[in-house]
Amino acid sequence: MKKTKLYTAHQKYGAKIIDFAGYQMPVQYTSMIAEHQAVRNAAGLFDVSHMGEFFVRGKQALDLVQHVTVNNAALLKPGKIQYSAMCYEDGGIVDDLLVYMISQEEFLLVVNASNIEKDFQWITSNNTFDATVTDESDEWSLIAFQGPISRGVLQSYCDSPLELEYYHFMYAKVCGIDTLVSRTGYTGELGYELYIKAGEEEVLHIWDSLYKTSSDKGGSLTGLGARDTLRLEMGYCLYGNDIDAATNPLEAGLSWITKLNKTEFIGRDALLEIKNQGLKRKLCAFTSDEKIFPRHGYSIFKGNENIGVVTSGTVSPVLNKPIGMAYIDSRYSETGTELEIEIRGKRSKIDIVKLPFILK
Amino acid sequence: MSIPANLKYTAEHEWIKIEGNTGIIGITEYAQGELGDVVYVDIAADLEGISKGETFGTIEAVKTVSDLYAPCSGKVIEVNPKLQDQAELINSDPYGEGWLIKVEIADSSELDDLMTDGDYAKHIGQ
Repeated sequence: MKKTKLYTAHQKYGAKIIDFAGYQMPVQYTSMIAEHQAVRNAAGLFDVSHMGEFFVRGKQALDLVQHVTVNNAALLKPGKIQYSAMCYEDGGIVDDLLVYMISQEEFLLVVNASNIEKDFQWITSNNTFDATVTDESDEWSLIAFQGPISRGVLQSYCDSPLELEYYHFMYAKVCGIDTLVSRTGYTGELGYELYIKAGEEEVLHIWDSLYKTSSDKGGSLTGLGARDTLRLEMGYCLYGNDIDAATNPLEAGLSWITKLNKTEFIGRDALLEIKNQGLKRKLCAFTSDEKIFPRHGYSIFKGNENIGVVTSGTVSPVLNKPIGMAYIDSRYSETGTELEIEIRGKRSKIDIVKLPFILK
Repeated sequence: MSIPANLKYTAEHEWIKIEGNTGIIGITEYAQGELGDVVYVDIAADLEGISKGETFGTIEAVKTVSDLYAPCSGKVIEVNPKLQDQAELINSDPYGEGWLIKVEIADSSELDDLMTDGDYAKHIGQ
C-alpha cells in the first residue's frame, strides 16, 4: 500500500485510515456528516494525492488528447481546464478526467487513482502521434480545499490574487511553495485544488497552514467519506460506481462533454450508433420521503418489473433525506416518475428528480 | 475505548445490561466507531420478541449497513423511542441514551456464554 506525503498528518490528526485504490487514505477524521457540513458551511481540506497526473508533451500533444478524450480539447486555451472522459471503441468508459492546457504543446491529465495504470497503458498504446506521455503521479501531491471560506483563507497564504474563474488554473506560491492552483473541485462549493511537486515537509506546511486558519472559522479536515456524500449531493459521477467500462457517457448523462461533432476520437462511431438507436437506460437521480438508505446495487422496480439498479446512494446531510443515482429503463426515466426500490426484500417509494439534489 | 465492566457482550458487538430479569441491549463504543455516523435504526416498532443469535433489526450508517443480533431470547418491553429521530445517540452515547431495546429475559442460562468486559477487550484486540 502506498502512502501520500500527508500520511503522517492523517495519523497525527486521528484519521481513520482505509485502503483505497492502492493507497492508505483517510476516510474520516471525526464524523463524515460533520465534515460534510463543514465543507458546505466553511471549508474542508482533502488529501487527494492518490489521483493520477499524466503529462502529454510534444508538437502533437493536442492531437493525442483529442484522439483519446470525448470533449473538444481544441476549445481549451492555456490556463483553462476541461472535464472529459476516455472511451473504448465500443463507447464504454475507460475513465473520467480533467484536462489542463498548460501550453499548445503541454497538457496535464488528472485521472482516478484506481485507474492510473489502466489509463496510462490505454493512452500510450493509442499514441501514434508526435507526443510523449509521462506518469508523474508519484511526484505530485494534491490538496483540495473546498468551501465558502476557501478563497479568503487561501488568499492569505497565496502570493497572487485569486481571481480565477471556475475551471481555470494558474501558477502561484502558496506558503512560499510553487503550486498549480486550480479552481476546481468535487463538492459543488467554491474551492481550489492545489497541485504541489515538493517534499513532505513543504506539503505538510501548506496543509497545516490552511487547516490552522480554516479551523478557527469552522473548517475541518475532510476524509473520503464526506468527499463521496458531497459529490453525490451534486450528482457528480464516480468511476466504479456510476460509470465504468459497461456504461457509456450518453446514458451516464455526460452528453454535455461528449462532442460527437468534433474530430475523430476513440469510441465516436459506437457512440453515434448508440445515439441513433436511442438510449435504452439513463442514469437518473432519485429521492425518497421514506426512512431508507439507498446503496450501490439495490434494484428498482415498476410494479413487478425490475427496471433499474442503484449506482450510488446516501442520506443527504443537507436535505436529511435519501438521495441516489440509478440506471433506469428509459421508459421510466422522466422526472416525476414514481418507482420502488427494494431493500432487503422490502419495497419503498422513490421519485425521479432533476440534478443537482441541492442548489448551489 | 470504553468497555464497562457491568455489561455482557456478544462477538457481534452488542452489549446487554442485566437488571434482574430485564435486559437492556445496545451496541458497543467500538462498534459505533467502526460503523461511523449512524443515520437510521431499523427496529420494528411492534417488535414482540427476540431470539438469541437471531437478527432483530439493522443499523444504517453512512458507510455501511449492519445487522443487530440478540444476545438472549425474550419479550421486548420497549424499543428506544428517541432513536426514531436521533439515531446519532448511538454514536454519542452508546452505553447510555443510545440503547436499543429493553427485554424480559426468557432464560437466564442463555447469558452464560456471553463475554465479560475482559473477553470483549481481547475480542476487539485491545
